[in-house]
Amino acid sequence: MANSETPLLDELEKGPWPSFVTQIKKIAERKPMARDLLRQLELSYKEKIGHWKHGGIVGVTGYGGGVIGRYSDRPDLFPNVAHFHTMRINHPSGWFYTTKALRTICDIWDKYGSGLTNFHGSTGDIILLGTFTENLQPCFDELSEAGFDLGGSGSALRTPSACVGPARCEWACYDTLDACNDITHEFQDYLHRPMWPYKFKIKFSGCPNDCVASIARADLAVIGTWRDKIRIDQKAVQAYVNGEIPPNGGAGGKREKLDIQKDVIDLCPTKCMEWNGKKLTIYNEDCTRCMHCINVMPEALRPGKDTGVTILVGGKAPILEGALMSWVLIPFMKFESPYQEFKELAEKIWEWWDENGKMRERLGELIERLSMRKFLEAMGLPAVPQMVKTPRYNPYIFY
Amino acid sequence: MGKTDIGPPDFRNFLPPIIKKNYGKWKYHRILEPGVLVHVSERGDELYTVRMGSGRLVTVDFIREVCEIADKYCDGYLRFTSRHNVEFLLTDKKKIAPLKKELAARGWPIGGTGHSVTSIVHTQGWVHCHTPATDASGVVKSVMDELFEYFGSHKLPAQVRIALACCLNMCGAVHCSDIAILGVHTKLPKIDHDNLRNVCEIPTTIASCPTGAIRPHPDKEKKSVIVNPDRCMYCGNCYTMCPAMPLADGEGDGISIWVGGKVSNARHAPMFSRLAIPYIPNNPPRWPEVTSAVKKIVEVYAKHARKYERIGEWIERVGWERFFNLTGIEFTPLHIDDYKLSVTTFRNTTQFKWG
Repeated sequence: MANSETPLLDELEKGPWPSFVTQIKKIAERKPMARDLLRQLELSYKEKIGHWKHGGIVGVTGYGGGVIGRYSDRPDLFPNVAHFHTMRINHPSGWFYTTKALRTICDIWDKYGSGLTNFHGSTGDIILLGTFTENLQPCFDELSEAGFDLGGSGSALRTPSACVGPARCEWACYDTLDACNDITHEFQDYLHRPMWPYKFKIKFSGCPNDCVASIARADLAVIGTWRDKIRIDQKAVQAYVNGEIPPNGGAGGKREKLDIQKDVIDLCPTKCMEWNGKKLTIYNEDCTRCMHCINVMPEALRPGKDTGVTILVGGKAPILEGALMSWVLIPFMKFESPYQEFKELAEKIWEWWDENGKMRERLGELIERLSMRKFLEAMGLPAVPQMVKTPRYNPYIFY
Repeated sequence: MGKTDIGPPDFRNFLPPIIKKNYGKWKYHRILEPGVLVHVSERGDELYTVRMGSGRLVTVDFIREVCEIADKYCDGYLRFTSRHNVEFLLTDKKKIAPLKKELAARGWPIGGTGHSVTSIVHTQGWVHCHTPATDASGVVKSVMDELFEYFGSHKLPAQVRIALACCLNMCGAVHCSDIAILGVHTKLPKIDHDNLRNVCEIPTTIASCPTGAIRPHPDKEKKSVIVNPDRCMYCGNCYTMCPAMPLADGEGDGISIWVGGKVSNARHAPMFSRLAIPYIPNNPPRWPEVTSAVKKIVEVYAKHARKYERIGEWIERVGWERFFNLTGIEFTPLHIDDYKLSVTTFRNTTQFKWG
């Protein structure tokens, strides 16, 4: 490797995990952009600093976002990545694809871009990584012709995402995929034309396991739940106890059989279950639907049948005022197509936020600044104990 | 010109027939072995999933290779998970073994299910971002090499979710992960006084600082700003608003490590990750200090936690004082919060362990 252009990056070709360096090297044989990307990255590895300039506004006609402008700060050394703009492409709900659709995207990106991509970006979009300004419009035109559209960027609604839901999960308490698809189509204007104080994220999880991390990452989190009883198959419970079914769906490998007292009853956060050696009893009025018992005995226990969602608001990463986790706004809402109640709520939230929010203030921070009470008044929602961990302890009350 | 606002393609057009037939009718699932699941429907149909680890940063050639395999074994259907894994969806159980063999031959790992370390969600780093404090793909590759045995096995007490964000902007929100690897700047913004007036709006720049550390330059002629070093917490907000205030620094930038977060509601409510290691200097190409620190945390957790306990649940049970003791990680003044609501993290009880 004496003549390698990238001696440092070559170190990342070693080891058992798939190497992005090996992959990029391969495509670099026919893609000058990929080659210069690696050469610039090598310089970053040497100097321990990035080499992309700050920002750059580029886009396609009719859109205010969806394309991230990026320029090298060393175009003299790496002319083929002088521009390295990214296109965010809205993924299909649940990240399901046919190979035909994927090949279409690959062919278009091969024609117009670097051939580098992320499947997928953090928010969920397909990320097409690196092209020149003049290629953006023709690339978009072909993608649009093929049935794909841009995702969100900037102070806009970001591409909503959903867990696999009823397509392949027995715990989906509502149709996360249909909801995500329907609501994304409904709010195309907000997605494509940034008009708000800052970004806004919506995520759909089918149950409290929250596989798309909505509670941590979404300004508006929609998490499936139920308000009747956990369904019990007593025979299957017995089969777990007898060691006939692997606990936790086999998630713990070939470990010993289920110890129902230790692995289920004792780990229940509300202690709402009893096992008398023959029968499992659940005191559903005390259950907070955490999912642990269902996760551990999926063939014996199932969520109830009166399902819907809990709506939470305010989640975000640290910038600006510190990280927040979403909190309960509406303990239970039926969630069925056409999702009218939810859409009206979203519009109401955006109107209040848009009117009161400062530049780069996320919804959670605005509620923190102006108070939950003002927010509830604006939403026309009642205060309920499910919204708080405890009532206030400070006596400075704005009567 | 292409049509605008057509929205994403309808996922229903991409679902394999077995899913269309059993949509919303799944009854239960089992993990047959690490990386291989079966979902059984009310009608008794069985859908097999083989999960494969993939870097997030890939090429169109890689996607085409994946398509070839999906055509051969899955009638042309596949999906990706929320953590960058590829899932091959099969209806014929007999095809699992040959599929696994083919993936192994290509060097593609199978796993990421159950009580494993699955793929690390991450950001762009030096590959594409303008504010990174570290690289993303390179650190992730190095950490996954180190933890490889945990990807294709179920030997941990519970799942361990690792995430990496290359700066505090956290476009890959990592703040509720079992282990979060977070790029940090540690040097003050280097203000370009000659250029600031041309590229930044001064009031917006001043307002962008969460601690009020930025004020107008005392020399009004300069039309620039200055930063109070005592109040700067290196968040990088000012740079986002004003390109004339870069704070990336080859020597100052590095990585912090946070532990104990989770998003699932199972058992314990969701938790934020808390600071374990405030700063490790960047050491490319393989960040050996970071990979060994992460491995150490995983191994100490694996040894001491009870079955089903996530890292945060384990630490809450044994106490942070014991976490620092067992891992040998040094506790420093930087571990004590000094931002908003810091007092809520102080210990209001005489109940604690000696270590």
